[in-house]
Amino acid sequence: MTTQPITKVVFDSPLQPPEGRTAVRPYEGRVDVATTATSGREDTRISRPTNGRAPFAPPRWGAATRDAFGEALAALGKEDTRIVSVDADLSKSTKSNAFAKLFPERFFNCGIAEANMVSIAAGLASCGKIPFAASFASFLLCKGFDQLRMSVANPGLNVKVVGSHAGISLGEDGASQQSVEDLALACALPGFTVLAPADEISCKALVRLAAYHEGPVYIRTGRPKAPLVYTAEETFQVGVANTIVTGSDITLIAMGLMVYNALVASDILKAEGISAGVIDLHTLKPIDEAAIITAAKNTGAMVTVEEHLLSGGLGSRVAHVLSQHCPTPQVSVGIADTYAESGSWDQLAMKYGLTPQHIVSAARTALKQKKE
Amino acid sequence: MDTKATLQAQSDLLRRDILTMIAKAASGHPGGSLSAIDMITALYFKVLRHRPSEPEWPDRDRFILSKGHAAPALYAALAHTGYFPVEDLMTLRQFESPLQGHPEKGKLPGVEASTGSLGQGISIGAGMALAARLDQKNYHVYVLVGDGEVNEGQVWEAALFAAHYKIDSLTVLLDCNRQQLDGWTNDILNTDPLASKWRAFGWHVIEIDGHDFDAILSALDEVKTVTGKPTLILAHTVKGKGVSFMENNIEFHGMAPNPEQLQKALLEIAA
Ligand SMILES: Cc1ncc(C[n+]2csc(CCOP(=O)(O)OP(=O)(O)O)c2C)c(N)n1
Repeated sequence: MTTQPITKVVFDSPLQPPEGRTAVRPYEGRVDVATTATSGREDTRISRPTNGRAPFAPPRWGAATRDAFGEALAALGKEDTRIVSVDADLSKSTKSNAFAKLFPERFFNCGIAEANMVSIAAGLASCGKIPFAASFASFLLCKGFDQLRMSVANPGLNVKVVGSHAGISLGEDGASQQSVEDLALACALPGFTVLAPADEISCKALVRLAAYHEGPVYIRTGRPKAPLVYTAEETFQVGVANTIVTGSDITLIAMGLMVYNALVASDILKAEGISAGVIDLHTLKPIDEAAIITAAKNTGAMVTVEEHLLSGGLGSRVAHVLSQHCPTPQVSVGIADTYAESGSWDQLAMKYGLTPQHIVSAARTALKQKKE
Repeated sequence: MDTKATLQAQSDLLRRDILTMIAKAASGHPGGSLSAIDMITALYFKVLRHRPSEPEWPDRDRFILSKGHAAPALYAALAHTGYFPVEDLMTLRQFESPLQGHPEKGKLPGVEASTGSLGQGISIGAGMALAARLDQKNYHVYVLVGDGEVNEGQVWEAALFAAHYKIDSLTVLLDCNRQQLDGWTNDILNTDPLASKWRAFGWHVIEIDGHDFDAILSALDEVKTVTGKPTLILAHTVKGKGVSFMENNIEFHGMAPNPEQLQKALLEIAA
């Protein structure tokens, strides 16, 4: 018996959602609108259109943070000839290709050799250059880890490491390309500053700050378009968290794409009469202890949200701060001890527990713990 | 004294300090330090353009000891060329000494890279050479690697890279003493034939006796005339060179001589 080829293939139209499904923007379609439609957001710092509807739907889309990185790097390259770029055959994806096009003599494609690339960046930095070494977060941190340790972190060299396609939001490519452990690894490098920007605006600002921050920096960027959580006027400082919403009942601390989800969760909670603050902890290391302690004292309950393993990232590090300075009930939202899989970002967020609803239910648990 | 005799006397002196500091520390790697010291002596006392009193001089030639476990050889050369007092050699591996078990950039003047995790030096050197190209500086970068070290994949990544970018200001000295940690290189992981491998990777290859100063100096002269490709100096050496009971004796890869062995070794080198 021979096998038969697939004879009938039904493609989902790229325009029409397949039957039985509604077209979903990330998260939006999952929110129980009945309970939230009345919640109006007054906070004008979030300039998502409200139009009398739930403010989290639809999001105001910005560019992916990897695109923002590419743009910021090219701009830096124009101003400062010390800026150089190295990539490992992923410059079209990491977006260092924008720099490569403008400054081919300052761009070095290392081929698919991440370990080599990291040490080359170290050599460039030790001679006064400001190298940005980019690849997928998983390959860069995992294949380049010993080089990050000995070539870069040990002598404290001025290398900027940019891991794109971080987390699981890259979706369909699956677990080998996804990165659920990069932040834990980056934070384990002594002297490294670790940044995870939430949107285009903060990413551009943080890339610029990173360039002129003396010492090694890891910057985590993402593949999908990121909803804007900031307006152009927002200011940023490495090591200083941005409090986007001030709350009195509970604080949601998030980073990267999870900041937007935390804002949505905050809106949902508000409709229930719960005041949930939202902090963007874009700098995971050094961690803004003051912001965490103040929020914990003001609200008495915490939820952390990260597109990363629960172990070794934001949740662990916030818990460490709290346990040292002001023990506070905390519930962590993130990826349990597992790799993810292929699927749309939307589907993966649902399965691995990263939607606004997951944050809301974590908040309820934390609030219960607070009462007890 | 002619150059060769001067360098020989100098390297004998460094050999004695290497063994003395390792014996004092009661740990360290004599074998690979002794196989490399003649090349390191030629570089530091004859070839490198450097200013020991100004270790960060931007135009200096760079030397990276990629096989960081031979740190005593590097430290001896740095001390005797004036980077720090010779007496400090006796603090090797001691608590809070800048003479760490393996070299660390930033702790000791003259150390250009943190090594000890084998395989990274050529890549770092390639990065330094690219920086020189961008800045239109003409310093040269030398990297010393072990023949066991070339088991590491990163070495070959760097070899491809340096050839692709035609980095002719990069020279790698391969200390081919035919032994690594667990035994003979050909028994552990055969990397022969090394010369044709490096040639196939696009490198200019010069094969020498790594203990013959005339050969070392003429190879280091030749590298300056090579354009459009990096150079590999494949140096045939003897692990433990200069001390009869250490030569080709794998025991002394990572074992310090005891006081009697040190005495015996020092007498042999002086003779
Ligand atoms: C990445 C890494 N793996 C293992 C070691 C342990 N180690 C130290 S020296 C050595 C053997 C090195 O052999 P070779 O490069 O030939 O040096 P030599 O024989 O000249 O001392 C090993 C395996 C190390 N330092 N780094």
